[in-house]
Amino acid sequence: MSAPIKTLSIDGRDVSATAEQTVLDVATENGIFIPALCHLDGITPVGACRLCLVEVQGSSKLLPACITRVEEGMRVTTDSERLARYRRSVMELLLAERNHICSVCVSNGNCELQALAQRLGITHVRYPYLFPKHSVDASHERFVADHNRCILCARCVRVCDEVEGAHTWDIMGRGVDCRVITDLSQPWGESETCTGCGKCVQVCPTGALVEKGKSVAEMSKRRQFLPYLAMMRGRNQ
Amino acid sequence: MIGLARPAPPSGDKRWKIVEATMRRNGYQGNSLIETLHSVQEAFGFLDDDALRFVALSLRLPLSQVYGAATFYHFFTMRPPGKHACVVCTGTACYIKGAPALLDALEKKYGIRPGETTEDGELSLLTARCVGSCSIAPVVVLDNEVAGKLGPKEIVSRVEGVMNHGS
Amino acid sequence: MGPENLDQIAAAEKLRAQGMRHHICVCTAAGCQSAGSGEVKNALAREVADLGLKHTCEVKGVGCMGLCSAGPLVSVECGEDRVLYQKVKPDDAEDIVGALDGGTEVSRLVCDTRAPFFSRQMKIVLENSGRIDPERIEDYIAVGGYGALMRAITEMTPAEVVQEVIDSGLRGRGGAGYPTGLKWSTVAKANGGQQKYVICNGDEGDPGAFMDRAVLESDPHRVLEGMAIAGYAVGANHGYVYVRAEYPLAVKNLRTAIRQAERLGVLGSDIAGTRFSFRVEVRLGAGAFVCGEETALIASVEGKRGAPRPRPPYPAQEGLWGRPTLINNVETFANIAPIIRRGGDWFSGIGTGKSKGTKVFALAGSAVNTGLIEVPMGITLREIIFEIAGGIPDGRRFKAVQTGGPSGGCIPEQYLDLPVDYESLVKVGSIMGSGGMIVIDESSCMVDVAKYFMEFCMSESCGKCVPCRVGTTELHGLLSRISSGTAGARELAMLEELCEVVRNTSLCGLGQSAPNPVLSTLRYFRDEYTAHAAEGRCPAGVCKTEKEVHA
Repeated sequence: MSAPIKTLSIDGRDVSATAEQTVLDVATENGIFIPALCHLDGITPVGACRLCLVEVQGSSKLLPACITRVEEGMRVTTDSERLARYRRSVMELLLAERNHICSVCVSNGNCELQALAQRLGITHVRYPYLFPKHSVDASHERFVADHNRCILCARCVRVCDEVEGAHTWDIMGRGVDCRVITDLSQPWGESETCTGCGKCVQVCPTGALVEKGKSVAEMSKRRQFLPYLAMMRGRNQ
Repeated sequence: MIGLARPAPPSGDKRWKIVEATMRRNGYQGNSLIETLHSVQEAFGFLDDDALRFVALSLRLPLSQVYGAATFYHFFTMRPPGKHACVVCTGTACYIKGAPALLDALEKKYGIRPGETTEDGELSLLTARCVGSCSIAPVVVLDNEVAGKLGPKEIVSRVEGVMNHGS
Repeated sequence: MGPENLDQIAAAEKLRAQGMRHHICVCTAAGCQSAGSGEVKNALAREVADLGLKHTCEVKGVGCMGLCSAGPLVSVECGEDRVLYQKVKPDDAEDIVGALDGGTEVSRLVCDTRAPFFSRQMKIVLENSGRIDPERIEDYIAVGGYGALMRAITEMTPAEVVQEVIDSGLRGRGGAGYPTGLKWSTVAKANGGQQKYVICNGDEGDPGAFMDRAVLESDPHRVLEGMAIAGYAVGANHGYVYVRAEYPLAVKNLRTAIRQAERLGVLGSDIAGTRFSFRVEVRLGAGAFVCGEETALIASVEGKRGAPRPRPPYPAQEGLWGRPTLINNVETFANIAPIIRRGGDWFSGIGTGKSKGTKVFALAGSAVNTGLIEVPMGITLREIIFEIAGGIPDGRRFKAVQTGGPSGGCIPEQYLDLPVDYESLVKVGSIMGSGGMIVIDESSCMVDVAKYFMEFCMSESCGKCVPCRVGTTELHGLLSRISSGTAGARELAMLEELCEVVRNTSLCGLGQSAPNPVLSTLRYFRDEYTAHAAEGRCPAGVCKTEKEVHA
């Protein structure tokens, strides 16, 4: 019961894939790098961060590699001058949106946002910083939620809903006023639904959700559980 | 058993029966959340935590999902409305015909910005994106009465009039 | 219930109407209502009753008659004669009713229906608006209502219905202009045997657009008939009408219409004795412009936050609850019954090569006559603005016409002779949009207009994707600084760069088209931008610049 095999080309290289695979899956398998932040193996892709956009011949719009299924004969370009420009701009928008100050962050050195910014060659942010006032929620016994570091990737929402099944996290509001919340926007420590499993902390790409007791640069996340769980549920091949 | 019985409404207020009727009519399905929230706001004028919890448990939806939806849609408010409501239309035609000046005048006089209510709970200032009366722009809806083609001084005196005479 | 029953009802209604000598029709749609037409109707009814004329004179509420700037509008009909009164007050009731018997008119109130505003229009979508009582299904049937549905389900196959729509050349009236027949055929072919849905998009979020509102309030059965025909064509037995909560009258009239249609048997199970069933439910929006986007609308019907999803997959394949879903705008559905009744070829004989039929526009802004008009595609902007709308009042000069709302652009004077159709508007940097048309004169500042639309997009952004969420906020910030004269050439360059990023990387149409007003005003009114940026000055005298504040 194997799915049909498709052949396509990525950056001029011919590769093969099964029909269910996304462009990002296939690229990763073949060692081709496509930046992504909201994507995480094991939870449903949403195509929200827009960093994984690729050019596909025949499509006038750029398509998100994390969610676009492969088609027979597809011709994908993952790296071009235009894509490089857009990725830098999108990254700069992210850095300008909230207060991402690495020097005092527990995830310094272990942060996906930081790593990706370095990889894309960001040296400064052209757009004005918004400097919103966001809170830090340390009410939970073991974890801290620092909204200043959040990039609204919603990995926490998805993992809590799809893997743990508690759906403690969701997003409130609209636009730049969006915020991740627990239950009825209560302090995390007062949540009636949180099971304390800590999956959200481990999947969070930045220092937004961290374990208590860590100091600057000490928070490194442990994600081995996710692909294992996904595999056990038959989601991966 | 926890979770199988329908929760009791937050209070004995008869208006909860309207909300329960809405949920029942839609078979307590999760996708009737927005209709249900409309029902709550129509009955009580606004949504609060107790209402959201009741709706979430009745429709068997996660609390955060209900809160997320309630705060996404601008029609819903989590704050009790003032005794009087002044809605300034900020549609394109009204904007061009001077809606910003009306808002300015009201903000200066009452010290509140759109979406806020005065401290004494007397007046709520709101904006709407288009009330469909573009021909009499700029349009203001004061306690459900539509008034058009008013200037900043006139709108303030109208609001004063309504507040002083009560409604 | 079958076609013969409809004929009987129509005949009975015509007889009843003929039994009345006079019909006084008062517009009770939202625009005139807010000008007090409710009291006007009551006053007229009282006057008629007091004079003992109730058996020969009918006072009824009708939908939108179009010339909203002259409301409340009252139309008095006697046989073939019709006189239209404008700006009617309750006190005028005595004179109006008094003039009936003598066959005279109340000249001070008369509105000349030979004026271009009326004579240059071509009504298909609005053919019943202002003529029938939206709260009576008999009125709709008397003018041929539900006949097209009967014909479709008893005499045509679903494929033939789809073909008729393809032949008509009808394109989506919600703004994108996607070929309707093609969309129908895609849904019809999708996964046979699966549950499918029809959704009518009545979320009309463009500020200043009220075409859909008028149709839903004034002729709701028309929309239901179109949806039912669509359901038959694509294989769906369930439909939803998603209406903004800000349209309570439209919601009310729709719910009444659905009840009436079900009671009569033109909606529901086994319509007209065939195996076709179709049920319609109303679903309320709650104040989110983004829910006009198809996937966000679907999320909203599912009871969730109205956040869009990446397309592909398209709703035609995977829509509501993952099922094939046909989504069309109110105005699109309103064109279906006449197309089935009179044929796709008739429809494609109207309009231009690629843009067939008519379009309803909501005229607003700086024009003498504002309200709703319906014109054939291909008419020029000049004719619409200077003849139908009567030009700019108070001797001011035309500056631009804005079409397409927050997703559209501003068209300057040099393109006034442009034919209005989908392609021409895109060529000059705007779009057809849903029909909002705002006339702008010299007293407006184009930077301010661009800032207004960006503020709208910023506050309506759902927040899911980075470029729209942060991009529109940054763009608004830049426009504010340019407007207040505190930004220079560097910010102007940043504005253009960011516009390109937001346009090409946003997840949905809201973000992708948010830069359009900026790009179009930069294209035609760059001198205003540079005056603000280089000199800190607002040529139109609208923006509160730093210089003024400190002066």
